[in-house]
Amino acid sequence: MTAPLLELDNVTISYQRRRDLVDAVRNVSLVVQPGEAYGLVGESGCGKSTLAMAVLRYLPRNGLLTSGHVLFEGRDLFTMTAPELRRIRGDRIAMVYQNPGSALNPTIRVGAQVAEVYRHHRGLAHRAATEAALDMLRKVRISEPDRVAALYPYQLSGGMQQRVVIAMALASDPALLVLDEPTTALDATVQADILDLFQDLRGELKASILFISHNLAVVQQVCDRIGVMYAGELIEQGTIREVFQRPRHPYTAALFDCIPDFGVRKKDRRLAGIAGGVPDLADLGTGCLYEPRCLISRTVCRVDHPELMRAGTRHLSRCFFHMETPLPGSAAPLAGVAQSPENGRSDRLPLLSLNKVGRRFGKAHILDEIDLEIAPGETFGLVGESGSGKSTLAKVIAGLVPPSTGTVALNNERVAGTASRRTRRQRRDVQMVFQTPDATLNPKKRLASILGRAVRVLAGLTGRRKRDRSSALLADVQLPPKMMTATPDRLSGGQRQRVAIARAFAGDPKLVILDEPTSALDVSVQASILNLLLDLQRESEVAYLFISHDLAVVRYLSDRIGVMYLGEIVEIGPAERVFRPPFHPYTQSLIAAVPRLGTEKPARPVSLDVAPSGPADRPSGCPFHTRCPRAYDPCRTEAPPWRDAGEGYMIRCWIALDALEASQTAALRTRRKPDPVRVGPRP
Amino acid sequence: MLRFVGRRVLLLAFTLAVASVLIFAITNVLPGDVARIILGPFAPQDAVTRLNAELGADRPVVVRYAEWLAGVAQGDWGRSYAFSTAVFPLVLERLGRSLLLAGSGLAVLVPLAIASGVAAARREGGLFDRVLSTVSLAVGALPEFVTGVFLILVFGIWLAVLPIQALPPDGAGPLTVAAHLVLPVGCLVLLLFAYLFRMTRASMIEALAADYTRTATLKGLPPRTVVWRHVLRNALLPTVTVIGAQIGWLVGGLVVVETLFKYPGIGSLIHFAATNKDIPLLVGCSLAITFVFALGNLAADVLYAVLNPRVRHGRNAH
Repeated sequence: MTAPLLELDNVTISYQRRRDLVDAVRNVSLVVQPGEAYGLVGESGCGKSTLAMAVLRYLPRNGLLTSGHVLFEGRDLFTMTAPELRRIRGDRIAMVYQNPGSALNPTIRVGAQVAEVYRHHRGLAHRAATEAALDMLRKVRISEPDRVAALYPYQLSGGMQQRVVIAMALASDPALLVLDEPTTALDATVQADILDLFQDLRGELKASILFISHNLAVVQQVCDRIGVMYAGELIEQGTIREVFQRPRHPYTAALFDCIPDFGVRKKDRRLAGIAGGVPDLADLGTGCLYEPRCLISRTVCRVDHPELMRAGTRHLSRCFFHMETPLPGSAAPLAGVAQSPENGRSDRLPLLSLNKVGRRFGKAHILDEIDLEIAPGETFGLVGESGSGKSTLAKVIAGLVPPSTGTVALNNERVAGTASRRTRRQRRDVQMVFQTPDATLNPKKRLASILGRAVRVLAGLTGRRKRDRSSALLADVQLPPKMMTATPDRLSGGQRQRVAIARAFAGDPKLVILDEPTSALDVSVQASILNLLLDLQRESEVAYLFISHDLAVVRYLSDRIGVMYLGEIVEIGPAERVFRPPFHPYTQSLIAAVPRLGTEKPARPVSLDVAPSGPADRPSGCPFHTRCPRAYDPCRTEAPPWRDAGEGYMIRCWIALDALEASQTAALRTRRKPDPVRVGPRP
Repeated sequence: MLRFVGRRVLLLAFTLAVASVLIFAITNVLPGDVARIILGPFAPQDAVTRLNAELGADRPVVVRYAEWLAGVAQGDWGRSYAFSTAVFPLVLERLGRSLLLAGSGLAVLVPLAIASGVAAARREGGLFDRVLSTVSLAVGALPEFVTGVFLILVFGIWLAVLPIQALPPDGAGPLTVAAHLVLPVGCLVLLLFAYLFRMTRASMIEALAADYTRTATLKGLPPRTVVWRHVLRNALLPTVTVIGAQIGWLVGGLVVVETLFKYPGIGSLIHFAATNKDIPLLVGCSLAITFVFALGNLAADVLYAVLNPRVRHGRNAH
């Protein structure tokens, strides 16, 4: 075997917290070979980003390497002088960041930012560096490099910004590329394009990759080997095939279980969350760190700390009983939500009906003639890329943004456009839960006061009955009673979201709008929040409008689904039908963009590489025709008709349904490879 | 960029028009009877009426405003009652002196405050940062007549190395002029340093912690390039705005410093006009200061736009 490119040898990184040193990364040893792609996964706070930064010796001021060595090409990064380190950074090791918008300098043209690498590391003159930068922009598939190079970062979309960051990283032809959640902040369709780009580039360049992600499916697509981190430790490591086929650590197996598989519905099974939370790094016992949450733990796990042990030819696990690791899926209770109100589209009167609702901001049509009905107790899922108008629609329903045209009716009764002009009853009936609970809860107020206020305003209770109701709400969202005196800033993200949900339920709402309620959360927390939402719905018969960019989650939870594009609903129907052919060409590309566990990389019949037109310059005819590979003449001039595929399933497209179905079924068939890597047997 | 500057100039013209109406209204309409103010409460009524007719104060307001504005545009700013001379040359002379003082002050203050702010931010919490933060705040809290008197005592009287009067004798060479300006400029710098320094330091700390700074560092750029090319430009934006807003005050509001150092600038002139009810002079001074204030802000806006492409492109971009 050749000498490793990167070697972490027993690395411990600690943060100074007041007087104490807290180990964020403990005794991690791993090796990245030349040309290899190594994926590092784990939930937030497990130390993976700290480790990535240590590879560039870029630790925060209060962070230090307390033991071990970080060797790059055999040289210890932490004993180098500053000039030596600068010759490696950006030249031999380059990095791509999670948030491309803030990683680029807002006041410098992007071309110049790429050219800077050539000027600095290759000593090229201004002219030559600019030329080289244009070439590199072309290499990351930017179609008009001359035009793009002259723009400032804010003038580019998120996907384009990330391409520029990648171009900057690849400019020096680095030996190692560190990718820290490079697609997490992007839309699924853009994420798919960027992942494709990485795969193409791996063929062209010889750089090794250290890929940090919380998304197992994404890591599977790009990497050869994977390491799983928990509470600062590496707890499992192996080839992608080994780990995905047969995880040998209970935590890894549980992580697989948290991810809603694309085909799974709420009536099939509950999602398995992981009980408990990541341990407090400042206060760790002597035993296995995962023991408190582990389903197969025994006495020895509480006492002895397991070392990494061999679980296969190249497979390591930090578990005494790794051979007994439950198969993913087997630990999950098989009982689904049997009595789920699947009869949403029945003959009952609709709870909410929108009639030709439109919303403009200046010239931009954010929403265009939306017709939508939601039945009592139904879950309606709304999907689409960012900018498709999902959130604006939610705000119109909640009365936060008045519609420019059309009407909103609750229980067949037309309601005012702004919440302040609705009746108390109407306000109480529609509640909203937002993506970032930290922004909606006052961090300085105790939960008792937050919930008490909601109960008083929404349910009209005071005194003792107010307190009782608040406690009941807290219990409903499965938080311990002692948390009543806590303030939101002391809670974890998942706990805060539970409080936001409890607040929304204070007045027995009829419709709760959930705007990306889990996308800021870890998968294990997401699973428990989704289960909580299902439980609450079963008890209260509330209807949900569930907005998400995560198709698997939407499909898992929803009875009916609508797909939005540029302010229009282009497809609507029962959840089990929407993601089966025939579907709208836009839906087809959305589905193809979802990184999936267990299958080979899906062929993408429709690439959404063309950026969507903004709502201000909406194309005439079908708004999707600028990106649709199958667009023909009528699509460009006339709005397409609704086509009825039966069972309440409607598609808005000029192409006949049977033509759509034939080609899409064929596309699905070619996608299935003969020997897919499977994730254990799944129910 | 041109469009941006054009829009700003239009805005400037509008601001000046509004300001002229206000100044005219406050000085010519609100007091009611101009001649009564000048002659005092015990003057006989026919003398007041006569003076009003002489001053033209008995005609309709709009006509008076139009005439006044036309005069202002042609450099006829009326005659000062107290000095019995034309207002315009007088204001111009004093304005020139004040601009010299304020300009010298800024020339020393801005580079000094920015350099110290940058140095302090780069070693946040270090000795230099802590000492300078505390000292500058303490000095900045002292009013200028205290620091000014202190400076005069130390450098003008005990050490006797610097003139204590800011106004050089007629026909003095540039070195003499500079020597005369040292003490008042020092007084100004001490007064404003803390504000500008802390502003620069805070935005510098923020920019140093920004993601794009990390990107620049991890590109392998040397610290100097990182700071000069990537950090400073973003960090200076708030400072530029603050300096722009300070210019008007620096020109018109330095009454104390001007008095202390016996420097006949526009600050002491407007003070004199106000206490002596010399309305044409007061109007002239106000106009001049408003003009400088507006120009200062325009300069700051343009500089801001040069530094920040997002503002430059305005709403039309993207």
